[in-house]
Amino acid sequence: MKNRIKVLRAEHNMTQAELAVAVEVSRQTINAIETGKFDPSLPLAFKISKLFDLPIETIFIDE
Amino acid sequence: METKQSSWKATSKRNIRQLAYWTGGWVVAMAIASFGQKYFWEDNTVLTIIFIFIATLVGVGMILMNRKYINSLDEMQRKVHIEAMAIALGVGVVGGLSYSLLDQANVIGFSAEIADLVMLIGITYLIATFAGLNRYK
Repeated sequence: MKNRIKVLRAEHNMTQAELAVAVEVSRQTINAIETGKFDPSLPLAFKISKLFDLPIETIFIDE
Repeated sequence: METKQSSWKATSKRNIRQLAYWTGGWVVAMAIASFGQKYFWEDNTVLTIIFIFIATLVGVGMILMNRKYINSLDEMQRKVHIEAMAIALGVGVVGGLSYSLLDQANVIGFSAEIADLVMLIGITYLIATFAGLNRYK
């Protein structure tokens, strides 16, 4: 699953560590999600979409 | 945001510290139960039973603390640990039984000890955890 987290982070001037803090996971987990190595659970995906105030399907794209 | 981080990280660090205390306590209790009879109280079976009981109780505490620690991890870390546990359990069962069969068939020149199995499971868990973390880097 692809995602736009890296782009959104850059737009919001956020580091991986700051995003990790905001959604209560480790920085390594954010990095793994950004690089497509790990797919987040639905609750975590919703947390990220709420944080960026965007619909979930505009952040996560099913390949 | 900082408070949130402090809270999540602090909880995580506290759980790791508590797990280390429980594990250390269990190792010490096991050492006393194992070597106490040989070096300190010789033929006092009651003391041996008491220390084995204490070691078992501390072991139960360690198991519960380990569960708490695993549950406090984030979803990716939990996945890594669950996979490592699955591999360690599989290697322990398959490797342990094969090792026991080799002993029964007198293929190996020494007797198969439970401590060897514990070491095999521990080392496998450690390697599988590092391999898992490395995969998501």
